[in-house]
Amino acid sequence: MTKTIYGMMAEFDTPGALVNAAREARAKGYRKLDAYSPFPIEELSEALHLHKSRLPLIVLIGGILGGLTGYLMQYYVTVLYFPINVAGRPLHSWPAYIIITFEMTILFAALSAVFGLLALCGLPMPYHPVFNVPRFALASRNRFFLCIEATDPLFDRKATSDFLGTLEPREVSEVAH
Amino acid sequence: MTASTHSFTAPADLEKGIKSWRTRALAVGVVALAAGAAGGLGNPDQFFRSYLWAYLFFVGVTIGCMALLMLQYLTGGAWGVVIRRLCEAATRTFPLLLVLFLPVVLGISHLYSWSHPEVAAADEAIRHKQAYLNVPFFLGRAAFYFLGWIVFALLLNKWSLAQDTEPGSRQQLKLQLVSGPGLLFFGLSVTFMAIDWVMSIDPHWSSTMYGLLFIAGEGLSSMAFLITTLVILSRSRPFSEVITRRHLHDLGKLMFAFVMVWAYFSFSQFLIIWAGNLPEEIPWYVRRLHGGWGWVGLALAAFHFAVPFLLLLSRDIKRNYNLLTAVAVWLLVMRMVDLYWLVMPEFRKGEFGVSWMDFVIPIGLGGIWLAAFTWQLPKRPLLPPGELHLEEALAHGRD
Repeated sequence: MTKTIYGMMAEFDTPGALVNAAREARAKGYRKLDAYSPFPIEELSEALHLHKSRLPLIVLIGGILGGLTGYLMQYYVTVLYFPINVAGRPLHSWPAYIIITFEMTILFAALSAVFGLLALCGLPMPYHPVFNVPRFALASRNRFFLCIEATDPLFDRKATSDFLGTLEPREVSEVAH
Repeated sequence: MTASTHSFTAPADLEKGIKSWRTRALAVGVVALAAGAAGGLGNPDQFFRSYLWAYLFFVGVTIGCMALLMLQYLTGGAWGVVIRRLCEAATRTFPLLLVLFLPVVLGISHLYSWSHPEVAAADEAIRHKQAYLNVPFFLGRAAFYFLGWIVFALLLNKWSLAQDTEPGSRQQLKLQLVSGPGLLFFGLSVTFMAIDWVMSIDPHWSSTMYGLLFIAGEGLSSMAFLITTLVILSRSRPFSEVITRRHLHDLGKLMFAFVMVWAYFSFSQFLIIWAGNLPEEIPWYVRRLHGGWGWVGLALAAFHFAVPFLLLLSRDIKRNYNLLTAVAVWLLVMRMVDLYWLVMPEFRKGEFGVSWMDFVIPIGLGGIWLAAFTWQLPKRPLLPPGELHLEEALAHGRD
C-alpha cells in the first residue's frame, strides 16, 4: 500500500448531496477538493469557495493591448511608413483610427477570453487521473462526484475514505494516478 | 415567500414619504418656473431656448421609460418586472408633458428661423423645405406624436392594471401585441421629434444619425432615472424585501450598454461628417467645437462616455447601491450637458455661455414633472402582482 494515489472520490445521486458533501468537506478542513457534475450548479462554486476568477483581468489586459496595437499600427502606417496627404488632413488623423482601434480592442479581448479560459482551466489536458475510476464516466450523465486530492495536508487514505463514507455516497473509490 | 401572499402596495410610511417629496418638488418647481417665466418677460429668446432644452430632457426620460416598458414585454427578463411600475408611472405623465409643450408652441418664432416668411423668402434652401418646415405642419406632427404616445401609454397602463386582478396570459398577450407597433412608433416618433424640435433650429443641416442619437440618449436617461428611483425606493417596503444586488446588476448592465450605444452613435455621426468635410454638413460641428464649445464636446467624450464606461466595467460597482446610483445621477447630469451641446451652440454661435435661466427652468420643469411622477407612482402596487413571471423575477434576486 505504498503506491501513491491521486485522491479519494465519492459518488452521489443528487446535486444537493454533492453540494452538501462539498460544504461538509470544507468544514472538516479539506481544501484540495474538486467536484464534478453533468451540469453547472450555482451553489457549488460557493460551497467550494471558488473565488473570483482572474479571467476578467486577462480580458482587460488583452483589450488594452489590442487597442494600443490597433492605434499604433495605423499611426506607423499613415505617419511613419507611408505618409500620404489625404484631403489636406494631418497625417495623424485620429478620428479615422478609432474604428480599427475599437475592432482590435474587441478582437484581442475576445481572443484573450477564449485562450485565457483554456489556460486557466489547464486545457488541453489529455490525461487526468479521475478517469481512472471506471464509474466516473457517469459524471457527464447523471451522477455527481466529489474528489479530495491526496495533496491535501489533511489527506489520509483511511480517514478520508471513512469521512466520505459518512456523507451517504453511493460509493467511495480510490483514484489511482 | 410567494407572490400571492404578498402585498406590493406602498405602505403608509412610504406613501407619506413620497407625498412629502411631491409637495416639495411641486413647490420648488412652481417657484423656479415662475422665476424663469418672469425672466422670460425681459428676455423671451433666452426663456424659450432654456425651456426647449429642459423640456427635451424630461420628455426624453418619459419616452425612454415607455420604450423600456414595451421592450420588456417583447423580450421578457427579470430586469423589467422590477421597474415596470416605475415606467408605467412615468408614462402617465404624458398628458402633463402635452400641457408643458405649450410654451414651445408659443416660442416657435423665437426658436426656429424657418418660421419667419422673410427668412424663408431670402433663402432658397429653406424655401424648398417649406413643404415640411411650416408652422401648421409642425404643430400637426407634434400633435400626432403626442396622440401616439398618450394612446400607447393608456393601453399599456390599462392592460397592466387589468392583469393585477386577472393574473394570467390574456392581458400579457395584449400587452405584447401592442408593444411591437408601439416600439415601431417610438422609433419613428422620436426620430421625427428630434428633426422637428431640435435639428430644424439649423434648417440647413441634416444628419440621418440624429434620431438614433436621441433614441440612445433617451434610453440612457430613463435607465439612469429608473436606477436612481429604484435605489431610493428600495430603502423601504415592498422593494426592500425583494430588490437585491442581482437586480441592480442587471439594470447596471443595461445602463452600461446605453452608455456605449450613445458613444457609438455620437461618434458615427462625427466620423462620417468629419470624413466627408462637406460645406453643408461640417459647420454644425465647427460651431460645436470652437469658442469654448469644444471643451463641452471634450467633456462629453470624457464624462458622458470614458469615465462612466470604465466605472461600469466593474461588476462590484454595478452591484453597489450607492456607487451605481452615483454613476446614474452623474449620467443624468451629463445627459443634460449633451442636450445643451446639441441645442445651444445654434443660439450662441462662436461663444460658449450659460444663462441663469438655464438653471431655474430645468429645476422648474423637473420639479413639476417629478411631482406628477410621484403622484402617479403610489396609485398602483409597486410590483405587478398578476405578472406571470413575477415569482421568477424575484427568485432571480435570491441567490
